[in-house]
Amino acid sequence: MAGRAAVATAAGAALGCSAGLPRRHRLGIAIDLRRCIAAGGCRACIDACHRAHNVPDIGDARHEVKWIWKEPFERAFAAEDAETITGALRGQMVPVFCNHCDNPPCVRVCPARATWARDDGLVTIDAHRCIGCRYCVAACPYGSRSFNWIDPRPFVAEPMSRYPTRTRGVVEKCNLCEERLADGKLPACVEACPERAMVFGDLADAASEVRRVIDERYAIRRKPELGTRPQLFYVI
Amino acid sequence: MFMFEKALVGGRGYWAWIGALAAVACAGAWAYGTQLQTGLGVTGLSRDITWGLYIAQFTFLVGVAASAVMVVLPYYLHDYALFGRLTILGEFLAITAVVMCGLFIVIDMGQPSRVLNVLLHPAPSSMMFWDMTALGGYLALNIAITRVTLEAERNGTAPPRWIRPVILLSIPWAISIHTVTAFLYSGLPGRSFWLTAMLVPRFLASAFAAGPALLILLCLVLRRWWPLRIAPEAIASVALIVAYATAAHVFFILLEVFTAFYSQVPEHVRHFTYLYAGLDGHTALVPWMWASAALALAALVLLAVPGTRRRESTLAAACAAIFVSIWIDKGLGLIVGGLVPSPLGAVADYVPTAREMLITAGVWAVGAAMVTGFFKITAGVRSADR
Repeated sequence: MAGRAAVATAAGAALGCSAGLPRRHRLGIAIDLRRCIAAGGCRACIDACHRAHNVPDIGDARHEVKWIWKEPFERAFAAEDAETITGALRGQMVPVFCNHCDNPPCVRVCPARATWARDDGLVTIDAHRCIGCRYCVAACPYGSRSFNWIDPRPFVAEPMSRYPTRTRGVVEKCNLCEERLADGKLPACVEACPERAMVFGDLADAASEVRRVIDERYAIRRKPELGTRPQLFYVI
Repeated sequence: MFMFEKALVGGRGYWAWIGALAAVACAGAWAYGTQLQTGLGVTGLSRDITWGLYIAQFTFLVGVAASAVMVVLPYYLHDYALFGRLTILGEFLAITAVVMCGLFIVIDMGQPSRVLNVLLHPAPSSMMFWDMTALGGYLALNIAITRVTLEAERNGTAPPRWIRPVILLSIPWAISIHTVTAFLYSGLPGRSFWLTAMLVPRFLASAFAAGPALLILLCLVLRRWWPLRIAPEAIASVALIVAYATAAHVFFILLEVFTAFYSQVPEHVRHFTYLYAGLDGHTALVPWMWASAALALAALVLLAVPGTRRRESTLAAACAAIFVSIWIDKGLGLIVGGLVPSPLGAVADYVPTAREMLITAGVWAVGAAMVTGFFKITAGVRSADR
C-alpha cells in the first residue's frame, strides 16, 4: 500500500499535479464577505500588500500589475446566475487574488519550472527564472497573474528594501506573503484588515481557526467546477 | 554549407528581391531591438490579451511546417511518383516555417535571454516542453532528409537506404507537431474557446489547406524563372488535397458553431459572439473574421469546381484566398478569440502596434529569404540534370 501511494505521489509530482496524496499542510484564507463588504470602499488589504511587495502603480489598465484587488461579486463568481445572488452581495466589491490552488494549472504549464506549489500548497514564482512566456497567465482561470509589460520600478512610490522589485518581462502574483510567513508573521492583507474579515491558516489542520470558520458557515470558491481546488474560501 | 553556392548565383532581379527582404528583416531587427530595450509594452498586448500577433504567427506556421506531410506521405507511403519532385520543396518549406516559429517564440518572450531555462529546468508537465521537443526533432529530421535526398538528386543516384525510415518517421512526427501545438491551448481549464478536443483536427485541417496552398503558389510563381521541373499534374493533385482540407476546415468550424449556439452555454457562445458580432461594443475583429469566412467559402467554391481548380489563374486565386483566410482565422481569431472575454469577463480589443507589425514582417522576410534560397538551390540542382 505504502509503495503504491509513493508511486502515485511521484507520478503526481512528475505531472506537476496533485494526483498523489493529500498535502499534510494546506495553507489558505477564509474571507468573511459580510465583514469585508460592511467596510465599503476599504483598501487596507490592497495597500498593505502592494506596499509590502513593491507592486507598481502603473495607472494604465492595459499594463497594470496587481496582486490583490476588488471585483464586483458577479464577476468574481456566478457570472451566469446573477438572479440567485442575495441582495447583500449583489454588485458588491469583493477582494480577489491568487487562489493558491491545490491543483494549480499555472504550475502544470510552466516550461521552466519557474512557478511551483510548495509542500504546504503555497504557489510561488521565481522571478529570476521566469522566461516571460505568459503560459501561466493563459492557464490561470482567475486572471490572478500579472505580466510586467514595462519596467515596473519607476512606478513603485516607496520601494521597500525587504522585498525585491521585479524587472520587465516577468510574471508576478500574490505569494501569500511567503517572506512574512518565514518570519512567523501573518500575510499582510490578513494583518491589515480592520474588520478582521480574513482568517489565514492550515486547512488540513482540523483544529485551525480557518478550518473552523469554513466548517461553521457556508463558504464558496471561485470556479470549483474546473478542478483547481482553490484555497481561498469566501464565507457568505 | 550544403550546396549553398547555388543560392549565390542569380540575376539582378534575384538580388534586388534578396536585398529588399534583407532591408525588411533589418527594419524588423531594429524594431525588435527597441522592444528588447523597453519591454513588450511596445506591443498592443495587455493585461487581458497577453498573447497576440507573435504567438498567432507561431501557431499558424507550425501548421505550414506540418503540411509538408501532405506531399511526403503520398510519395513515400503510396509510391505516388508525381510528388517525387515536390517532397523536397515541402520539406524546405517546413524547415523555413519551423525556424520562423522559433523566432516568433523568442520574440514573444519577456526574458529571451533566459530561453535556455527550458532546457536547464525541463518540465515534462508543460505542453511547451513537448512542443519544443517536437519542433526541434522535426527540424532535425527535415534538415537530414533534405540534405541527403537533394544530394542524391544532384548525383543522379538513389538516396541511401537508411534515409527511408527517417522519412517515414517524419510523417507521424509532422502530425505530432501540430497536435502538441493544439494541446498548448486545448488543455487549459477556464478557456472554453480552446477547451475542445476539436482543436486538434481543426489545426490539422487548416494546416493541410494553408500549407499546400502556399506550396502551390510558390511553385506557380518560382517556376517562371527557375527549372523546378514540377509537372502540372503534380500541382493538380496538391490542389485536390487543398480542396479536401479546405472543406474539412470549414466543416470543423461549423461543428464548433453548432455546439456553441445550439447548447447555448454562455461560456462557449460568447467567444464566437465576440469574434463574429462583437461584444460590449468591441468589434475590432468582426470585419476580419467575416473576411476570413468569405475568403474560405470563395476558395472552397473555386477548389470544388473542377474547371476552376484546374485553371492555373483561378487555382492561384483560390490558394491565395484560403491562405489569407486561415492566416486570419488562426493568426488573429484563434488566439485573441480565446482570450476575450477574460476570466473575469472583461472585453477588450487588441490592435497590434506598428512596431509589432514591423517585427512580424521582419520574421516573414527572413522566411521568404530562406524559401527563396532553398528553392534556388533545388532549381540549381535540377537545371544541371538535363
